[in-house]
Amino acid sequence: MATDTHTARRPVLAVLPRVTGLLNRAVTIALLALLVFWLAVNFVQGPGQFGSVLLIGFTNGALYALIALGYTLVYGIIELINFAHGDVFMWGTMITVSIAGTRLGLDGSQSGIVTFFGVLAAMVGAMVFCGILNPTIERVALRRLRNAPRLAPLITTLGISYILSNAAQFFYGPNYTGVGAILPSNILFLDWPAKSLIVILATIPLLLALTYVVRRTRQGKAMRAVAQDMDAARMMGVDVDRTISFTFALAGILAGAGGTLYVLEITTTRYDLGQIGLLAFTAAVLGGIGNLTGATLGALIIGLIQAFNEGLSWHAPGEQWTTSIVFSILILILVFRPQGLLGQPEADRA
Amino acid sequence: MSAEAPPAPTANPPALLELDKVRTFYGRIEAVKGLSITVNEGEIVTLIGANGAGKSTTLRSIQGLTKPKAGTIRFAGKEIQNAPPHQIVQMGIAHSPEGRRLFPRMSVRENLEMGAFNRSDREGIEQDTEHVYSLFPRLSERRGQQAGTLSGGEQQMCSIGRALMSRPKLLLLDEPSMGLAPILVDKIFEIIQEINREGTTILLVEQNALIALGIASRGYVLETGRVTLSDRAEALATNDEVRKAYLGIS
Repeated sequence: MATDTHTARRPVLAVLPRVTGLLNRAVTIALLALLVFWLAVNFVQGPGQFGSVLLIGFTNGALYALIALGYTLVYGIIELINFAHGDVFMWGTMITVSIAGTRLGLDGSQSGIVTFFGVLAAMVGAMVFCGILNPTIERVALRRLRNAPRLAPLITTLGISYILSNAAQFFYGPNYTGVGAILPSNILFLDWPAKSLIVILATIPLLLALTYVVRRTRQGKAMRAVAQDMDAARMMGVDVDRTISFTFALAGILAGAGGTLYVLEITTTRYDLGQIGLLAFTAAVLGGIGNLTGATLGALIIGLIQAFNEGLSWHAPGEQWTTSIVFSILILILVFRPQGLLGQPEADRA
Repeated sequence: MSAEAPPAPTANPPALLELDKVRTFYGRIEAVKGLSITVNEGEIVTLIGANGAGKSTTLRSIQGLTKPKAGTIRFAGKEIQNAPPHQIVQMGIAHSPEGRRLFPRMSVRENLEMGAFNRSDREGIEQDTEHVYSLFPRLSERRGQQAGTLSGGEQQMCSIGRALMSRPKLLLLDEPSMGLAPILVDKIFEIIQEINREGTTILLVEQNALIALGIASRGYVLETGRVTLSDRAEALATNDEVRKAYLGIS
């Protein structure tokens, strides 16, 4: 009897995954269609507004990419989420304000050349500062924990995050600090927010440089080797400690550059800005943590979602929903595609 | 081939590698318990023994991957037990480890390039790559393929070839026969002999004692982290205890 019901049930069970698979696909397609429809209506109602929202989305995306790459670089090499990374970025904004605002007094009234070199100096300063700060964190607080249980370094990065944030509050105060509108809001005859365009244009060479370093240089090769098999990399003569320091430095440099671009775009910053790191972290997971192209793609998607949600006028949920929407997406990814959009399934990675 | 090599180290062929009372731990477990072995220049020396006898740990200790707690390891006259692995590689020790440990998402060619990580002589690297391809023509056919997708035998070849790319004085080989078809095992061991004839000293760890003793000049038998026997290879191959325990011949 028992076996009878068992055999009778089997075909139903066999069909079940196919049905849920179809259902999944149908729901996904329906949601995407709805999204496209919503965007289309918004576009038709105000093409100009849609255009500038799109640009803001790409700008946000570029900024998030610079931060998300830091999460993904570090995760790729030691499988650790560095929760202090957002605060390293925040320090990049602070250093930018100190150099460009306080030290050089840039406020948009200077000539183009002075502004250009001033901004460049601020950017280099922030990149150097974060490029030193991040590997120092690794050296002081994480290296000793390399063979400890995973949770130990993770909690340490949370602690460092608070330390960095409180230090910023100590040096820069609890209120917003910032600079004037350094960059013009339009160039030539274009009525577009020029500073957003500049942020995007400045990000591209940084991403190309990163790609070159990882793909072509000796250090990049060492990074890839350590990421794939740390012990085997040691056997090849790779100095693993140095390679990890280098990776943290790269992550810090990108965060520093991101800090400067953020200040140019938004003009103000505060000690708790590091929370933006959570959005960037979500972007890294969305793209597939450990995957550089994935982090950039994920960041663009998150940036666009945020801009559409906050900037479009026809049935957009609005700013107060941004975080909820982004984290809902994070949960959906973790459930349905844990490896992210471009990541390999866990089994292939080892 | 130095089949007539003396059973114990003498002053004549200089000792390339000397382990003196080395003790290595994994956590609290002592895997190597006061091991002393010598490898002379130009030799093939084999460590045989059952699973868990401490053979791989010995190789990892030499390479600096698992630091010994006590004892000394001398390579070419210098103490290396405290040196980091990347320096030990630069001194001239290369390792084809247990489980091959290729970089799975790099091509065969990139894996070989990783073997030459600390070298900057492009022409020399190019020559050595071609040399590895001539030793293992199969690798040449697969040079663009991702290492993770190679067959077991090809991975073994790639691992040995990669170790050769640093132009080592001493090559550590861990279980090159593992998981390979018998025909392939013979072939790999022929190539190991050829590598030795070209001047590379070899320390070979094997569970397949018969074939290891067949190409080695001397051997050590390890049991639970200690050397229980050491002799010329052909003497070990005819030793009753060894035959019973490791050759499956009674």
